Amino acid sequence: MLNTMTTNRLSLVKLKQNQKAKVLEILGGVGIKQRLLSLGIYPGREITKISHFALRGPITVKVGRTTLALGYGMAEKIIVEII
Amino acid sequence: MIKRIYLVGNPNVGKSVVFSRLTGVEVIASNYPGTTVEFSRGYLKLKDDRVEVVDLPGVYSLEPNSKAEEIALRILNELPKEEFIVINIVDATNLERNLFLTLELIEEGFKVIICLNMCDDAKHRGIVIDVKKLESILGVPVIPTCAVTGAGIKFLIESILKAKQIFLNKLTHQQRWQKIGEIIESVQQLSHRHHTLREILEDASVRPLSGLLISGGVIYLSFKWVRFLGEGLINKVFDPFFFNLYKPLLEKFSFLLEKKGFLHHILIGELIKGEIDFKQSLGILTTAPYIELAMVLPYVLAFYLVLGILEDIGFLPRLAILLDNLLHRIGLHGYAIIPTLLGLGCNVPGILSSRILESKRERFIASTLISIGIPCVALQAMIFGLLGKFSGFYVSGVYLILFSLWLILGIILNATLKGFSPELLIEIPPYRFPPLLVIFKKLYIRIKGFLIEALPIVFLGVIVVNILLYFGLFDFLSSIFSPVVEGLFGLPKEAAIPLVIGFLRKDVAVGMLVPLNLTAKQLFISAVLLAISFPCIATFIVLWKELGLKDLFKATLIMIIVGLSVGTLLNFSIP
Repeated sequence: MLNTMTTNRLSLVKLKQNQKAKVLEILGGVGIKQRLLSLGIYPGREITKISHFALRGPITVKVGRTTLALGYGMAEKIIVEII
Repeated sequence: MIKRIYLVGNPNVGKSVVFSRLTGVEVIASNYPGTTVEFSRGYLKLKDDRVEVVDLPGVYSLEPNSKAEEIALRILNELPKEEFIVINIVDATNLERNLFLTLELIEEGFKVIICLNMCDDAKHRGIVIDVKKLESILGVPVIPTCAVTGAGIKFLIESILKAKQIFLNKLTHQQRWQKIGEIIESVQQLSHRHHTLREILEDASVRPLSGLLISGGVIYLSFKWVRFLGEGLINKVFDPFFFNLYKPLLEKFSFLLEKKGFLHHILIGELIKGEIDFKQSLGILTTAPYIELAMVLPYVLAFYLVLGILEDIGFLPRLAILLDNLLHRIGLHGYAIIPTLLGLGCNVPGILSSRILESKRERFIASTLISIGIPCVALQAMIFGLLGKFSGFYVSGVYLILFSLWLILGIILNATLKGFSPELLIEIPPYRFPPLLVIFKKLYIRIKGFLIEALPIVFLGVIVVNILLYFGLFDFLSSIFSPVVEGLFGLPKEAAIPLVIGFLRKDVAVGMLVPLNLTAKQLFISAVLLAISFPCIATFIVLWKELGLKDLFKATLIMIIVGLSVGTLLNFSIP
């Protein structure tokens, strides 16, 4: 329920191509948080969206020097803030 | 006293390459996360001791979030901490992410030494790492290497015993990432430069439109190359060898045996119009080696060469993104394309690699679909060889039917099995261009494996048919199956034996169809039946091992039902 009022708070799905953003929080269970964390996605981290595939397809992001592909449902749970 | 050395690191940092360098054991390495789904063991001579080296599957952290991580964790806790050393393999091109695991390993109190791998690639990408400084911050030895060329490995071996155990307080996740940020700040320098062509391609291949174009082109070219290389090898190398060198020799031998008798029948087989016919004689010196070496091996060589190049460049995970959507419809996600493509070579490694999928449900769907809808390269080679002489329609027809089956069956399984398909979450590796020597080494390992596994079974298959023919049992046995084979599939009843031989190996089974002089339609139906009906014995065993008895029965039942119905349907729908 943090920051619900800020307007530039959005899910990774809504972020545009090549936009940079800071991760605010990850909705969802411990399992997914842990998996994302060990890959370097955690609150406070800067990420860049690279692409988005049509029809609820996967989303690719760059975190540091790592390129990750994640499913639509997972990307929906990653809440970011444009920077 | 050191009893064991564990190789631990993130997926796709080159653990398997380091493992081969340390132990001399040949293992398959590729450029995608999850190549190693089982752990391999080997030995390294250290001073006067032989120490066991274990290559663990890649993990991102020591928290058990995936099957690979559970396995790694279990193994790391097998021995007391004093009795083993952890070589933490770190990808120098991606130090930041790799350090998370490194810190965990050090905090855990293991004796750690760091192998900073891919140093040459880091240099190309303008990454400079101050190794001495990294060493002093972490408190454990750091050895730069390039395992693909072997640089630094000798020094790594000399330094293994210097691995250090230090005690750090356990950090929280946030603290750990913060500490990593500080470390990176002080040891790593990036030189600014323009984007290289490689980086432009890396980005383009993960964007929808350009990705589709690139992948489409790569797949088209790959198929063209496999056909071109396979056919070229047959026409230019293997056929000339068999016909110009080997056949005259066999003919002399046949003459010596006076062209008749039991021994002649077993070794040479039947003479067709007074001559040896490699495709029809059915002897263990004639048909057996010809099928496997002159018809199948050329395509196996071509396929694994092309697959090896695609694997090592790092193309496959990019295909996974593009196909994620499609594969979700059949209860899988994009990464299932890797077991599927491996299955096109041989179903066994394909099914084994379905372990990279998270849930039991996905592994069941993937394995069942591979054993029904994905023909191995040996079977494909025989289909090219036999159906290719009729119109191209038949060859593409086989693929079309198999693909539709794969899709329809997948949709049905997804709709009927309990559960859901998990989300894709994979790392997309950078493009890498390994030296040719590395690609040929992998090809050699695979071809050796193929010959060792295939040849004995092919000989066995040919002998069985040969002996059945000699004692006149062939007709008797085929009559038993004639209602199904003749009535439903429209094949001559003798086709029953090859179909059953398909349980041994598919390629030899297709070979056994040749003497029956089938029509194009009959050959087409038999080829489809062989592909879908029942897995060969090697696939059957690996399905059993991976799925357990209950799911094996389920999968087998599906295969029999699908086989019977498709065979019948084709027979009555093709004019």
